[in-house]
Formats: sequence, structure tokens, C-alpha cells
Amino acid sequence: MTNLKEGDLLNQLTNIGLEVESVESLNSSNEFFKVAKIIKTEKHPNADRLKVCDVNIGEKNFKKVVCGASNAREGLITIYAPPGAIIPKNKTKLVVAKIRGVTSYGMLCSESELNLSDESDGIIELPLKFKKNIGKSYFSKSKSKLIDLSITPNRPDCLGVRGIARDLAASGFGKLLDLKEKKIYTKTKKTLKVKISKEKNQGCGVFGSCLITNVKNTESPQWLKNKLISVGQKPITAIVDVTNYVMIDINRPLHAYDADKIDKHITVRNSKSGEQFTALDNKNYKLENDMCVISDNKGVLGLGGIIGGIRSGTELDTKNILLESAYFYPRSIRNTSKKLNIDTDAKFRFERGIDPLSIENGLNQAASLIKEICGGEVSKIDIQKIENFKSKTINFDPNLFEKVSGFKISIGEMIKILGDLGFKIKKEKKNLKLNIPSWRPDISQQIDIIEELVRISGYDKIKTVYPQKERIKSTLNSSQKMFHFLQRSIASKGYLEAITWSFTDSNFNNYFKGTNKEIKIVNPISSELGVLRNSIFSNLIIYMGKNLDRGFKDLSIFEIGPVFTGSAPGEQNTVVCGLSAGKKSRLSWIEKERNVDVFDIKRDVVQTLVEAGYDHHKFFIDNETPNYYHPGKSGRLFLNRDKDRVAAYFGEIHPNILKKIDIKLESLVGFEILVDNLQLPNKNLSDQKKKFIVSDFQKSERDFAFIVNKNVNAQDLIEVVSEVDKNLISDIRVFDVYEGDNIPENQKSIAISVTIQSLEKTLNDNDLEKINNLIIKTVEDKTGAKIRS
Amino acid sequence: MSELKKIKDEFLLKLKEKLSLLEINQIKTDLFGKNGLISSQFKKIGTLDETERKKFASDLNVIKDELQNLINLKISEIEKAKINQKLEQEKIDITLPERPFVRGKIHPVSQTIDQISSIFSEIGFSVEEGPDVENEHNNFTALNTPDNHPARDMHDTFYLDQNKETLLRTHTSPVQIRTMSKDKPPFKIIAPGRTYRSDSDQTHSPMFHQVEGLHIDKDINMGHLKGCLSYFIKEFFEVKKIKMRFRPSHFPFTEPSAEVDIGYEIKDGKIIIGEGNRWLEILGCGMVHPNVLKNVKVDPTKFQGYAFGIGIDRLAMLKYGINDLRAFFDCDYRWLNHFGFDPLDVPTNYRGLSR
Repeated sequence: MTNLKEGDLLNQLTNIGLEVESVESLNSSNEFFKVAKIIKTEKHPNADRLKVCDVNIGEKNFKKVVCGASNAREGLITIYAPPGAIIPKNKTKLVVAKIRGVTSYGMLCSESELNLSDESDGIIELPLKFKKNIGKSYFSKSKSKLIDLSITPNRPDCLGVRGIARDLAASGFGKLLDLKEKKIYTKTKKTLKVKISKEKNQGCGVFGSCLITNVKNTESPQWLKNKLISVGQKPITAIVDVTNYVMIDINRPLHAYDADKIDKHITVRNSKSGEQFTALDNKNYKLENDMCVISDNKGVLGLGGIIGGIRSGTELDTKNILLESAYFYPRSIRNTSKKLNIDTDAKFRFERGIDPLSIENGLNQAASLIKEICGGEVSKIDIQKIENFKSKTINFDPNLFEKVSGFKISIGEMIKILGDLGFKIKKEKKNLKLNIPSWRPDISQQIDIIEELVRISGYDKIKTVYPQKERIKSTLNSSQKMFHFLQRSIASKGYLEAITWSFTDSNFNNYFKGTNKEIKIVNPISSELGVLRNSIFSNLIIYMGKNLDRGFKDLSIFEIGPVFTGSAPGEQNTVVCGLSAGKKSRLSWIEKERNVDVFDIKRDVVQTLVEAGYDHHKFFIDNETPNYYHPGKSGRLFLNRDKDRVAAYFGEIHPNILKKIDIKLESLVGFEILVDNLQLPNKNLSDQKKKFIVSDFQKSERDFAFIVNKNVNAQDLIEVVSEVDKNLISDIRVFDVYEGDNIPENQKSIAISVTIQSLEKTLNDNDLEKINNLIIKTVEDKTGAKIRS
Repeated sequence: MSELKKIKDEFLLKLKEKLSLLEINQIKTDLFGKNGLISSQFKKIGTLDETERKKFASDLNVIKDELQNLINLKISEIEKAKINQKLEQEKIDITLPERPFVRGKIHPVSQTIDQISSIFSEIGFSVEEGPDVENEHNNFTALNTPDNHPARDMHDTFYLDQNKETLLRTHTSPVQIRTMSKDKPPFKIIAPGRTYRSDSDQTHSPMFHQVEGLHIDKDINMGHLKGCLSYFIKEFFEVKKIKMRFRPSHFPFTEPSAEVDIGYEIKDGKIIIGEGNRWLEILGCGMVHPNVLKNVKVDPTKFQGYAFGIGIDRLAMLKYGINDLRAFFDCDYRWLNHFGFDPLDVPTNYRGLSR
């Protein structure tokens, strides 16, 4: 009970951990819906199924309303919604509209449109007694607001209104009223016997029940209907409505059976594989072994704590009911509902843990309400159990509170808060001996008590301790530094960084998976995202295609991220993967346009590795590349001649793949830098910058043109020349490669310029001539080349 | 004497005319060539009386200098004119476009990760990583989320096997487990990375990014947690003051747990961070649950501390006004260009996060 302001209430709820999701005003929309009478109906001139009705809404003039319901007829009393009303079901706002040429002012409503039931067949038919209410609002006026709370899974007690009230009261917001004990007067001793079978994995701990005989089931009284509607529940019949009401009030799920439809020997037992039953949601469920069911001689009546069966369901003509109030174990509920894929209100509550000591109270509350509304006699309560629930205790050291929270409250305050939350407290020396309320399955150790105390005291009491600016360990390790360096280095060469899914389309992945095996996701979001990527290329090409469709031709994109080699944790590698397509200098007034080619991408790879600290002169390149590269126009790069780990691949993407995936490009080249294969520059600062040695002696450049077999590559030639005299030869450049006229078939000419310079002296003609001849002789000997004269 | 004056007058007159380079050179030869008029006069010096010689020589030198200077001036004038004329012809249309230079861009998520790392670096956190594929133990059980825990429903998990033993991590929290299992306390780490949930709409994508934080030591309490996150949020949004609130929440692996909201308002359809009376949830956090510490063999009676998890994509959206999460992963060339960052724009402590 509270008289405080709404805004304060909302804040307080959030402050104690019951987060307010939304607040909805109930009366503002409901007042629109008026009791109305159809005075006249005519067929719609342009539509066979529509009628044009004159409707009396208590005003002088009748309203013209177009209606499609087959039961719309003269004299019917129903519910009218004017333009401006918001239809609860779909939240749309009505407007004056022309329907097939006839203007309709508002609409006549079905039960489902007003969220009163699922009945969507035809408009509401109100009893004649509503005649006196024509023009008045159908729903009673209320100033209530619907507050939607997001209850965390640890707080099943707050799935009932009373739990929320208890928390609010403990935080000093209002006062929790005592429940009136409702003991029902029992004349009749007639009960239905229930047995919990003792077996392994029994999902039911306690089963309480009572029999209510000679009831007259009916529609619920308006107060009860209003209460349920206000929290979004649809009123059904008094019996069902009462069980729902008690559930929402004290979070005590109940189930009512039509006792006359039960065929004796009610047993709570494990199901056997193959058993079936039709549940109240009209679906037939095939059960597996060990699901907790309530059964009779004929078979399954319902799934305990999840959903009841149609066979024993109550109806308006039900005379005798068995009311169930039980405790089902969360694990059992969860297993069964997962396997059968059922989600119900009861399941949601039992799964989180229902107060095992609320069984009797629940039966008493519900039975007395049913008796009040439907009459009848209530039997004695019968309780079967296989487990005795006793309240647990915790020894709490009050000093822990400040140690964890960082602020202080007195022991008196602690006792007050915990007492208000329902704990029974005994002071024992320095400690508090706490009896945990039975409705709090989330509490089992001291830290849980600290949470309660901080939460109710308010998080705003926590003092802010600003961090100290000191660093003991370096922020990034060397491989993380490498990651960031490569990322920015590639981006600086014209590539836009993309981030794509770690999963991909299996069809595309197959083109690029190389020798890896496919790694399937069991439950992918769609079949196009069904496998973990073995390569980043598949996603990059897919998105390349999408950008082509957007009209871009010259694209360079890259991604740095994981590729997967297996399905175990850790079977992944970090790769920088890039694609470059189209032309360089397209439509340029100054430069000649040309296709992007393999030497563009080679530059990007080599330059990036050089920037990352590796020695260009040590790189070794061959053409053994994965099968998704053009076999002749691709390369494999090692950081040195030991060739122990591949640093990168680059080249044209295989034309067959482009053909198969039907992507039209002028050119497409790509690269992969295998980050995990790069030996990290494990050097100290003095290694990073070598000693500065330069020669001021004169240098000379000599050009050589060698005719070599086509299979001799430039890298080999340069290697041979540089080995001639490492002290004197300081640079070698290829400045021409030529095949064709004047060169024998299967041979080519490679022209190089060699820079010769000594650290010790200026070389004279003699020295130069000597090294000249040595270069020619060595190259001719080692490669079979001939100097071109 | 009069002969010298004659030469001088005659040539001064000549040199006043408009002359070509050729004509000037001719004059130069006429005067100073081997048998030039001036040269001849110099030869005469030796033949003169001593009394005359000095004056004659002096006069001759003056005339020589005067003529020579004049000739040099004339030549340089002509050359200058010539260059000017040439430059005039060489004039280009400087408004034509420059040679193209293409630089790529860094994805806003990567930039945001670097910013986050930079901020936490300054207060002593180091970066840890973990694999994208995780086992059920590290992702759930060790984090106090046993199999039958309803909290598992909040994570729509991608599985890699029917027994649900390997999965794509649903959060970065398993890095807590990995870090604490392999080392001894204290721990002070952040772990940014990819995370996965089978969910897809405008605010959810099957892959997203989180950064985990973990600080475990002897006396780390909720005050430190509050201070650390307040510091981070102010630094990240680069504002002096920011409206934020800690409110109680629940995560299986922290207790007490909190969610942090920051205040915002919408002005002209744009989110303004830090003011206003609406709240936006940006992270979850709490004191590491004693069960989690026990699971990694850290004694909860000796060590305690906090952990937090922040949605990186969400932070980037807020900071840079990006509306649709899915666009992050859609690779639209225009979007990448628009929201991407120059690779030289590296967030650092000393220079600041943004340029």
C-alpha cells in the first residue's frame, strides 16, 4: 500500500533491480470503445462480403460503419471503436477511411481485436442487458497504468505482484500488507487420491490438491475480468481466471482438472517413450522417457508444471474440479520443455523456482475464490510429497558487506532490510544467522546476502573510487602489436577495412577452403551462413559482388580476422586478406589506365611486410600457391630462404572460380598474409636500428643484359649476382625483361643494373673490370646464361 | 683622349637601341675581342708617355667598365625576357585534378577497439584474447551458468556439434576463465573480440563485438568498479560530464551485478549523449562471483574484484551516430568510406582519441 508518486515508484523499481521496461496507460485507450447497437445493415454496393451499417452510439446521428463480419445484423448489440481509437491487438490507430468507395466512420470490433479472447470470427455479440449501456464505455473506467518489468531469472518471487510489493516495501517504499489467511471450511471429505511414483528423475517433489464439487462454472465477475485484462491476460471462465489470478498475485501456478473426466488412479510419474496427449494449446505431443506427467488409468492428463491436457480441461459445464498445486523441479521442467519446444507461463515460473511452501496457501486462496464465485464444496487438502522442504540457513559475516560494496551500513540497517525481505534473523556473536525465505531459490551463500543489502540500500550509495594511472604490464604483446600494425599498414595502401561474418556460404567456402575440412554450424541463422569460414576470400568476394552491383568497379577491400581450420577451440588462424579489382587510373586525364595486376598486389604485400620490420632482401618467393589462385600468376612468400613458414600468398584469383560464381570483373587480385606464421621481430631496441654504415667513396653503375632460359627467374639471377661480392655489390635492379625477336625461343633477356661501391676506397678501372668479369662469369656458370653483347 | 670619348659615345648610342643577343655579342667582340676597339686601346698604353699613361689607363678602365656593365645588363635583360617568354608559354591549367592518391580506411569497430584499448591502457589494463570457438565449459559452466540455468536462454547459441560441447562464444567472458586458469592473481585485463548469437534484426546481428574487463586483486570493491567505468565512459565519449546510473541487475557470473545506463536525449533526430532524461543501457558488470573464482582455483576469501562486458558496436553507433547495426558488416563501399577512419589516425594516450 503506497500513496507515493508514480515517477518515484518507477525510479524505485529500477533502483532495486526490477527494471521498468515500459509504462502503458490503460484508461486512455479503453475509453474509446463504446457499447453500440446496429440499427440497419445494407449490402456494400461494391463488395459482396461487406456491409454498410447504421450504428447507434448514443448520439443523435447514427454512424455509418463498413463491416465485414458475417454476424453483423440489425438489432445486434456490440462494441464500436471511433476514429482515433487504438486497436489493442495490432496497436493501429483508426482513421476515417473510404472502403471500396464508401466512407466508414470507425469500426465494430471482434473479441480478438480487443484482446478479450482469440475469437476473431465475427464481431462481439453482447447480451441484451447491455442495451441500457449504449453510448457508454464498454470497459470500466480505471486510472491504472500497466508497468512492464523485466524480471531477471534469479527472481522468480517477483513474477508475482506480492514479491514486487515486498521488495518495494523493504526499500522503504510503502508497506507490505499481511495476507488474510483464507482457511476454507471443509464439509466434504471426498477427495481424489493422488500418488507420486517413486522413481529416478521424478520431476515432482510435492503434489497438493483438493476437490471442489458442485460448482457452477461461469464467466468471471467484472472485477476479476478487469484485473486480468489490466495485466494482459484474457478472461476465459471463472475457474481458469481464478487460477491465473492467484498465479499472478503470489506466483503460485495452479491447475484445475474437470474431475469427472479423470479416470481414477491419478499418478505423477515419468512418461514412457511414445506416450501421447493433446495439450490445451490443441497440439498433440509425443513424449520421450522421463518427462513428468500427471496421468490416470487412460493415460497422460498433462505435463506437470508445463501444460494441461484437453481431455481433462474445465469447461463452462464443469461440475466438479480437482485443483492442483504442486512443486516441480526446475531441471525437469527445463529438460521437458526444451525437448518438446513448449513455452508457457507455468513453465517459465517453475523453471525459475516456485516457493515449495506456497502449496497450501495457493489452494486456499484459489478454492475460496472459486467457492465465492461458483459455489460448491471444497474438500480437505491432500498433500503428497517425496521431499521435505526445509528453509536453509546462512551464517553471515556483516564485515563482508563493506569489503565488497565499499560502503558501510549498520548491523541494525542490515537486520531491518533482511527482515523486510522475509529473512528470519538471529544474532550469533559477530555473525547473523539467517533463515532464507522459501520463495528465494537464488539465495544460498553470503555474497547473495550482500547483493540484497546493496540492492535495497541503493547503488547510488556506492562511492566512486577513481582509477590510478599506473601500468605494470605492457598493454599489447608483440603479436597484438603486429595485428594492429598490419591492419593500418594495409589500409594505408588503399584498402578499405571490412568486417564480415566469421561464417559463410558453404558453396563459396568450397572454392577457397584449400585443404581444410568444412566446419558446419549445427543451427545456422540461414543456410547461406552455414559454415565457419576456412578463408576470408569467400565473404570478401560475396561483398565485392554486392559492391559491383552498386556500380563500383575499382574496389580494394581487406579484412583482418580469424579463419578456421577445425572445430576445436584454438583451431583458428589470424589472416589479413585483401582483394583488389578493376583498373588503376580509370578515366584519368594524366595517367594511362590499366588493369590492376599481380605486381600491384605484390607491392602491397611486400611493402607491408617491410614496414612491419622484415628485410626485403631476405624474402624468398616461389609459385606454389593454393588452388584458388591463378596457377601462373600467383606467388608464395617466405621471410627467408629457410622456407619454414609461409608468410603470404598473393596473385590473381583463379579465373574458373570467377566464372563459376558468375562475377564480372576486369581484373581481380588478392592476397593473404598469414599473421600467425610471421616470426615476431623478437628484437631489442639496439637491433631495431642497425649501426649506421655508409660509404662516401665513388660508386659506379654497370648494366648487364643476360640471355637466360625462360625457367630462370629474376630472383635467382639477382641472388647469384649478389653472392659474387657482398662487400662491393650494394644494389641490383632489374630494368628490362624481354622475349621475342632476336632472342632464341625458350629464352629471355633480363637486363640488370648493378651498383658497385667499396667501403674502403674508390675503385679504379682495374677493380671495376675485375668485378665486371666476375659477375659475367659467375652468372654464366651458375645459370647457363649468356651475356648479351 | 677624344678617341676614347668617341668610342664611348658611339657605343653608348649603339647600346641604347633595341638589340638582339647576336648584335650585342657582335658589339662585345667589336669592343673587347682580340682586335676590338677597347682591346686595341689597352695595347696602346705601353706606347704612351709616362705623364699621359696613368690618366689614359684610368680613363680607359672607366670606359671599359661602363661599356662592359652595360653590355652585361643588356644580355641579362634579354635572357630574362626570353625566360619570361618561355614561362609564359609553359603556363598550365593548375585547376586540373592532381594525380590520384588512394588511401584506405579503418573500420569504425577497429577504431573503437583501439580507442578502448588506449583508455584502459592508461589505467593499467593489458589486452588478452581468446578463441572464437569455445567449449561449453568456458562459455557457460565455469561462469556459474550450469546446464539447467534459465540464463542460458538469454544467449541464443550457435553450436558446432550435436552434443552442444563446442560453440561460438556468446560473450567475451570465457576469456576471464582462460586468463585466470593460466595465471595467478592479480589480474587486470580487457579482452575485445568477436561474439556470436543466433539473432538477427536491426539491433541484433549474429556476430557482434564485446570487450570484457576483469580486475581481481585483494581489495577491489564495487567503488573501484564504479570509478573505473565512470572514467572509461567519460574518456570514451570525450566529455567532461556525463549522466550515468548503475542499477542492480543479474548475471550468473557476477554478484552483485549491475547494468550501466547513460543519459541521452534526441535533438533533431540525433542522439545527444550525456544529457536528457532518457536512459540507454550500455554495459553489464558486477563483482566476480565467488563460484567463478573457485572454478579457476582462485581463493575467493583472499581475492575479489570486478568484471564488465561492453558492446563495442553499440558504443561505436552511439559515438558516431550510426543507426543500423547490420551496416557494420554489410561491406558497403560507400558506408566504409563514410564511417571509416584514416589509418594514420591512431588513437593514443598522448595525442588523444580523436584528431
